[in-house]
Amino acid sequence: MSTTLSKIEKRTAYTLLLPAVCLVFAIILFPIFANVWISFKEVGLKDIRIPEPRAKKIVKKLQNSNSELQIIYKLRNSSLIQDIREVRFSEKLPKNIEPINLDKRCEFKSQKVKCFFGNWEAGYRENFEIFVKDVNNNSININNVKSNKPELDGKSNNILLTVDFTLKNFKNVFMNNNFFDLLMTTFYFTFFGTLGAILFGIFAAQLVNQKFYGRTFMRSILLFPYVGPVVALAYTWTLLLDPNSGTINSLLVNYGVLEKPINLLGQKYLIINILGFELKLRLALTTVIFFEIWRYFPLAFLFILARLQAIPRDLYEAADVDGAGPFRKFFYITLPQITAILSILFMIRFIWNFNKFEDIFLLTGGASGTLTLPISVYQQGFAVSNIGMGSAVSIVIVLLLITFMIIYFKLIGKKANEI
Amino acid sequence: MKFKSLTITLFASSIFLTIIICIWKILATLQGLSFTNLNFNLNLSLSLGLTVICILIGNRFNHILKILILSLSFTILYTFLNESSPLWFSVGIFLLILFFTNKLKKYDFKYLNQDFISEKIVFEFLSLFAIIFFALVILFPFYIMFVTSFKTQTALLINPLDLSIDFSKNIFEIFKSYFVIFKTYDFGRYILTSSYVSIGTVLITLLFAIPAAYAVARLNFFGKTFLSTSILIIYMFPAIVLVIPLYTVFSQLGLRNSVEGLLIVYTATTLPVAIYMLQGYFKSIPKEIEEAGLIDGQNWFGIIIKIIIPLSLPAIASVSLYVFMIAWNEFLFSLMFLDNPKTFTLSRAINHLTGDAETPRQYLMAGSVVVTLPILLIFIYFEKYLVSGLTAGSVKG
Repeated sequence: MSTTLSKIEKRTAYTLLLPAVCLVFAIILFPIFANVWISFKEVGLKDIRIPEPRAKKIVKKLQNSNSELQIIYKLRNSSLIQDIREVRFSEKLPKNIEPINLDKRCEFKSQKVKCFFGNWEAGYRENFEIFVKDVNNNSININNVKSNKPELDGKSNNILLTVDFTLKNFKNVFMNNNFFDLLMTTFYFTFFGTLGAILFGIFAAQLVNQKFYGRTFMRSILLFPYVGPVVALAYTWTLLLDPNSGTINSLLVNYGVLEKPINLLGQKYLIINILGFELKLRLALTTVIFFEIWRYFPLAFLFILARLQAIPRDLYEAADVDGAGPFRKFFYITLPQITAILSILFMIRFIWNFNKFEDIFLLTGGASGTLTLPISVYQQGFAVSNIGMGSAVSIVIVLLLITFMIIYFKLIGKKANEI
Repeated sequence: MKFKSLTITLFASSIFLTIIICIWKILATLQGLSFTNLNFNLNLSLSLGLTVICILIGNRFNHILKILILSLSFTILYTFLNESSPLWFSVGIFLLILFFTNKLKKYDFKYLNQDFISEKIVFEFLSLFAIIFFALVILFPFYIMFVTSFKTQTALLINPLDLSIDFSKNIFEIFKSYFVIFKTYDFGRYILTSSYVSIGTVLITLLFAIPAAYAVARLNFFGKTFLSTSILIIYMFPAIVLVIPLYTVFSQLGLRNSVEGLLIVYTATTLPVAIYMLQGYFKSIPKEIEEAGLIDGQNWFGIIIKIIIPLSLPAIASVSLYVFMIAWNEFLFSLMFLDNPKTFTLSRAINHLTGDAETPRQYLMAGSVVVTLPILLIFIYFEKYLVSGLTAGSVKG
């Protein structure tokens, strides 16, 4: 009895899960594995279109006869790089209409013109003509003939499904002189973006945890940067930071802080002189990091605030009795209470910032020293049009991600469940 | 002891006052007033004087009368010593000082004699300053976005600091950018597409996620633990590693440039978190209620429809709002999949506007307001639900 019940339960569970699992498998897991496949191939953006035979039909009246028509098909191979094999053509003619002097490659059977064109090499073009006439020598209605569309069919290799592989993509990725720089930029961006977001999150949470007038309002607006659409916010910031007529630059110049406007998003380095040492600051990257912090500290804030509100009040009351000031209370009570959540937040935010694409893409497009791994995927795949290279970079990202996740689950995976 | 806390109070408060006056001045500059100097030192000494007087007087005088007189005299002194300014600017200064002197009410000599008082006072002003700082840093870009949409490109190029809205123009002139983006750039259609995609994503996600979450939460089957851990792991994989294979496959299947293709992708990417959030809530529903349903002869379908869904409406609301927000704000896939202006979503449309360098910025900002406003309004109205959704799902972002 119990076995059948548990069988029913199992069957129910699988039925309920099936749609969701299938969808996730098709859209998320399959692409991750497909990346591996594509990354070992030399594929460009133009190769992924499957070549097809195409025909454009033009119907012409003949001058000397009303009962005959000339049909011209402009045939072509849609691909400029791949052949199509065994191209077949068929078109149904209207009633009582027959072809005359049909091409050798074609035959006329049960009102259908069927042709076999054989192989078309890449970029193949041909003007193919048929003359048709009415069987009873009546005049032909040209629209009847025009309305039919020819059907074409052919076989071609889908470059994605062939089995020739190459290591060229990975060689290009790793041997590229910029690869180390790319990796360093990504880590620099990720690390400081995460750290900054968490620091601001602590400040904001500590602030909202106090009682003051307008506290709920403050809590809502603190989440605005995260809730707003990234496109709108990124363009607003680009406008604000614009060197020619951006508000921030104009203000700084107006109040004499700067002599001339500074291109915060377009200048790779800022050279600072401190005590005779020349310091090179990655300016555009720093600006992007600040945008990142601005946009994502609300998340850290939300987490930390929830934790702060769970700290027992009597701890603070005891500290009051002992005569501790607010700073001591923060360092000796609050901070130890939130370290666990901070480490989890750091890991999670680190992983997510590592993957960040939209923010940098919209602000700088990866120019002036802000090229990170995710931007590189886009650049290789769609700007350079080398899908294979893009996939290879994706694989690098996936491998690094898996490493981070293993570290995450080893270090704090168990703690995460407790909180 | 007393001397130390007194000096710290004086400096903390006067620096605070000077900074808020400077912020007010900067904001006034953006209304077209031509200030070029913050007069920081002058204002600092003025504030210092004000604080000293305020503490010296203490409670020996009627409080309201005291702060009114002090603020008025300080404002007159300020206006006299600084460059000439319109009345509304001075009124602003007056209100700021009124607020400030009111804050100083409890600071008399007795109060300053307490233990650790200097630390407390610094902390108080620091938090006050932090409130202003955070509010400013967050709202300023939104303010610029909003205000720019009412300006014209030429006016902004002539004087980028003058962001004031000219109310003497007729209403059509003021809202011109909005009329233009709806008429010329077809934003009405994009709003419809975006709403269709977002609401569709929410519905399909719920349709798939509720049964799956129920199975994970309640039923025993082989591979359950594996499934529930892999949900989170799958969730951590970013869109950027999916984009190339999906692009190639969708191109070959002819699903690019179709809203349906976008719907499928959005649903799949939000499903893991939706299942994760819902199953957590389902687990908290007492099992006895379901057992009662079972005895009444309900099958699993009936239990989900009649018991689980009505009981977990708050969680479903959180998930829906969170998924809606993700779908509405999504950019990467819409950039990759949509080339045809007929299928654009709002985000993609704004990105398309910037593709043409000639597009005046007020149109861009008007478009940004159009895409930002609905989601912010929804957030403010349903804040409770969305915040709990964000907290549960904020491993993503």
